[in-house]
Amino acid sequence: MTAVNKFSMNMMSKSANEGFARAAVSAFVSQLDPTLEEINDIKTAVSEAVTNCIVHAYKEGYGKIYISAEIFDNKSVKITVRDKGCGIENVNKAMEPLFTTVGGERAGLGFAVMQSFMDNVKVRSKIGKGTTVVMEKRISLRYSANAQK
Amino acid sequence: MSVEIKVSGQTVTAFIKGDIDHHTAGEMRRLIDNSIDLNTPSLLSLDFSGVSFMDSSGIGLVMGRYRNLSKYGGSLRITGAGEQIYKVMKLAGLEKLAILEK
Repeated sequence: MTAVNKFSMNMMSKSANEGFARAAVSAFVSQLDPTLEEINDIKTAVSEAVTNCIVHAYKEGYGKIYISAEIFDNKSVKITVRDKGCGIENVNKAMEPLFTTVGGERAGLGFAVMQSFMDNVKVRSKIGKGTTVVMEKRISLRYSANAQK
Repeated sequence: MSVEIKVSGQTVTAFIKGDIDHHTAGEMRRLIDNSIDLNTPSLLSLDFSGVSFMDSSGIGLVMGRYRNLSKYGGSLRITGAGEQIYKVMKLAGLEKLAILEK
């Protein structure tokens, strides 16, 4: 499996950037000619990962969110969302559906959505250092001009 | 992002438009709750036909309104959810809280 294309960007952890982040990643992935459902799955998962950075990692202020995506020759995509925020004390606990540390109206479903909509989700975190979420998804093979390139 | 409210008898219908994410959900919540406080509807109907995208922030939005309605016995209906939105709602089991009409 070889990477054939890659992009990376970083942005300030402002909630106004949530829409920008999912639009940027979905525009990059669109070169794989995904179905509408596949692109929606990716948009939703990216939105959850980026929101976690804003709501949890940088809850005390603003920081940078680093997003990258790699496309592989088997038509899979690997998306990495990284922050240098507070880190997660217990990753397994954080990934349990309905678990949330913040009050208000967070449903505690962020990781559940990522795991359900992507093929593979890995989370690495260190207290005081930050969190990295890596998500992979295989895009279905369809006959198209793009797929031949 | 916007929410248009229509009141008809005991029913409040909220037409939600645009993307629902953590950035937009707060203002939507405020607008819908204003109308719940004012009208105490027996039925709140959330119309999602103008919603272009929703992540789990939308689940929080629906669950929060459900809680507010439950306090006085009001019920909740969801209409017009597209495929992507419906998928997120099903993942959260929202059909247990609200009447889900596609």
